Amino acid sequence: MSDVSMTVNGKRVSAAVEDRTLLVHFLRENLGLTGTHVGCDTSQCGACVVHVDGKAVKSCTMIAAQASGSTIVTIEGLAEGADLHPVQAAFKQHHGLQCGFCTPGMIMAATDMIARHPEGLDEATVRHELEGNICRCTGYHNIVKAILAASETMSKGAAKAA
Amino acid sequence: MGIEGIGARVARKEDKRFITGAGRYVDDMVVPGMKHAAFVRSPHAHAEITSIDVSAAQEMPGVYGVLTGKQLKADGIGNIICGWMIHSKDGSPMKMGAWSPLAVDRVRYVGDAVVIVVADTKGQARDAAEKVEISYKELPAVIDASKAMDAGAPQIHPEAENNLIFDWDLGNADETAAAFSQAAHVVKLDIINNRLVPNAMEPRAALGHYDKAEDHYTCWTTSQNPHVARLVMSAFYNVAPENKLRVIAPDVGGGFGSKIYIYPEEIVCLWASKKTGVPVKWVADRTESFLTDAHGRDHHTHAEMAFDKDHKILGLKVETKANLGAYMSLFSSATPTYLYATLLSGQYNIPAIHANVKAIYTNTAPVDAYRGAGRPEATFVMERMLEVAARQLGVSPVDLRRKNFVTVFPHQTPVIMCYDAGDYAASLDAALKASDYAGFPQRKEAAAREGKLRGIGLSCYIEACGIAPSAAVGSLGAGVGLWESAEVRVNAVGTIEVLTGSHSHGQGHETTFAQLVNERFGVPLDSVSIVHGDTDKVQMGMGTYGSRSGAVGMSAIVKALDKVEAKAKKIAAHLLEADEGDIVIENGTLKVAGTDKNVPWFQMALAAYTAHNLPGGMEPGLKETAFYDPSNFTFPAGCYVCEVEIDPDTGVTKIVQFVAADDFGNIINPMIVEGQVHGGIAQGVGQALLEGAFYDDTGQLLTASYMDYTMPRASDLPSFQLSTSNTPCPGNPLGMKGCGEAGAIGSPPAVINAITDALGHENLTMPATPQKVWAAARAAGR
Repeated sequence: MSDVSMTVNGKRVSAAVEDRTLLVHFLRENLGLTGTHVGCDTSQCGACVVHVDGKAVKSCTMIAAQASGSTIVTIEGLAEGADLHPVQAAFKQHHGLQCGFCTPGMIMAATDMIARHPEGLDEATVRHELEGNICRCTGYHNIVKAILAASETMSKGAAKAA
Repeated sequence: MGIEGIGARVARKEDKRFITGAGRYVDDMVVPGMKHAAFVRSPHAHAEITSIDVSAAQEMPGVYGVLTGKQLKADGIGNIICGWMIHSKDGSPMKMGAWSPLAVDRVRYVGDAVVIVVADTKGQARDAAEKVEISYKELPAVIDASKAMDAGAPQIHPEAENNLIFDWDLGNADETAAAFSQAAHVVKLDIINNRLVPNAMEPRAALGHYDKAEDHYTCWTTSQNPHVARLVMSAFYNVAPENKLRVIAPDVGGGFGSKIYIYPEEIVCLWASKKTGVPVKWVADRTESFLTDAHGRDHHTHAEMAFDKDHKILGLKVETKANLGAYMSLFSSATPTYLYATLLSGQYNIPAIHANVKAIYTNTAPVDAYRGAGRPEATFVMERMLEVAARQLGVSPVDLRRKNFVTVFPHQTPVIMCYDAGDYAASLDAALKASDYAGFPQRKEAAAREGKLRGIGLSCYIEACGIAPSAAVGSLGAGVGLWESAEVRVNAVGTIEVLTGSHSHGQGHETTFAQLVNERFGVPLDSVSIVHGDTDKVQMGMGTYGSRSGAVGMSAIVKALDKVEAKAKKIAAHLLEADEGDIVIENGTLKVAGTDKNVPWFQMALAAYTAHNLPGGMEPGLKETAFYDPSNFTFPAGCYVCEVEIDPDTGVTKIVQFVAADDFGNIINPMIVEGQVHGGIAQGVGQALLEGAFYDDTGQLLTASYMDYTMPRASDLPSFQLSTSNTPCPGNPLGMKGCGEAGAIGSPPAVINAITDALGHENLTMPATPQKVWAAARAAGR
């Protein structure tokens, strides 16, 4: 067994878990944070993307013990207060989701992508950077649109703040 | 149209939970005392089970039970069946072999479930599953349907001699032969429609809970049609009587057909819950999904089309071998027959058609309906044929299609269907314009200067949706009716619940169905809730597939709304002391037309429930149920244009533009319709360029993970250019045709027609991977 403790969505959590416990299973089963999904077993689909210390990570690829001491943000902790995060809002506005299963991973990956490109994004970059996230419903058309729109909104917000 | 009514581009009501991580899928469900299951599956494509020893597994930590097929049979659990009877041309019924939810003495494909292990954790269940000792005597396997009927091929089921399930005919062989004897030109084509894995992003899952005190079962399952699941599990699999079995399909992460069927796992989890005394949850991992979800397509077809000297089509002959896998899945017999051959007239006037379909067992995963289901296979035959014919006849593929279009409606084809409305030239013209088809030669030249090969391809598809008139499908062998139900409950404060037998697994029903109610009564969308997916809450319904939730599901809601409106008007007329015929509903208020006398919607609803002052003899309350049975299929149609650029040095195909011009009849929410088309095209492009389920000769699935099966990713696809035209469907009250499958139906031939145009080489099978395209380019001297 491994003792793990980490900060998840602003809360300190700790538990003793089987050594083989993956971060995604710790989040889903120990913490009940079921917004993070498991869509494959090979770290291909990206439904399990969360932020670990500010970076997008496939939580099915990380042992929970490896994440001990880290700060984790999941889809449940992305919005601040009652307002949606701009990426969440853009996915809704642009119909960037259908069945919703890949959506949490898409949004977490997109948020990271936008943060890494403060200069802004273009369609080719968004499509290239979505390499690690599979969606079967949308054909990506509206996901790409949503990410471009959110990137625009967030860079405007950043410009205003500056 | 109001801002939230029919035709409005309303953002989805259901999105909030999905974008905040609050969706509730089967794997998210937790029941007190719940344990986890792992299945032990056959590693062999074909083998006899000579012994099963579970003793070591039973001793493993955390184990609650290790159960076998013998125990399942002893408890009277029935075999899985196909629910659509097809008769061969000699009149004999299809030859269905037995499919036990857990194999007893023989396994027939890699992934066949043999033993279930129930343990405290998923990890423990898997550890224990490793300890189950099964001895097999391996048997020769046959994978390829075109070889399964050969003399000496392995026999998969004793019921089906030569592995032939049925040998079925549609159309008129004599008339077709006569048409061919008059032909000035005959064009021949051999094509393979590649086997696909549906790959909904949410893997299949089941949670079975037997309540001993109540002698009652609950099943949470990833289903597109929970009522059908309950019906079948009750009536055929002897799990429990319907009143003691509740089936819940909560949020479901995509289906595409693969979640229509009732699989071994949900049956076995329910049975195992009673057997072990604990709730049992199973969630497929992705490889289990690849191995055991019903696959799609897998047709080998030879087709011939006869033309007269003016290039009018005289006749069509089609012979198809359909691989149904190792067992007959729920609708597996309908997919390559009545959902396929009935669409072989395409958008064209064809006086004589004859189709023969042989359905064949192989040692592979069961094959059933996958997005489009038979109609993509028919469209691929027709639209490859028209393109190849145009090239062989030396005429424009646009002109050849246009010359043969059906232009007068209704149009009775020689293969059952009666097209009710359409304007195929309108879609064609829209697609040609949007794609600047006329400017293609210049683009091709420009690409050639860069050393690239450009090609352009068309596809004019038609599909039969709004599935389906019950009497018609009953006469063709369906075991169920294909109507839909709705209940509209107006609460005492005027808010509304709509209970629908349709099931949403991404289609946005919670929004579009509420838009219907808003359009009718002016009640805000926020005051309308759509309830679906629970057999305890919702009256019997048939579920969602075959692009039916709009044309059939919403028509049922319209019927129920009609009844509610009629009663609401009676109540309002009574309260306003006016004539019932003078009452109109505007913006949430019932008014006496031409006066300022009115009663707000909520006040009328309250009056219905206080019942202090209702018209004489009227029952209190305001709740109406309707069942809608369609009078015909609907016929969405359209034209897709794909333009590709190929690098002859690498064989990489890039889609440089994809244009879709669809006629879906009337549309409730254009944003959602566009999303459906985007997703469908992506699956069709995936089939054409990337996807394929491949077995080796021994029956091992080589493409059983996302490392091996190429799913379309964002960088594989362009943004799509869409437009719609509208010939309203005359067959249902909303004039809707359905949009869920069009993209997957129309797109594969457009892509392959574009690539073969670029290469000047017709011999190319899907998926057109860079290796195949490179080889084809070399063969064509490019």
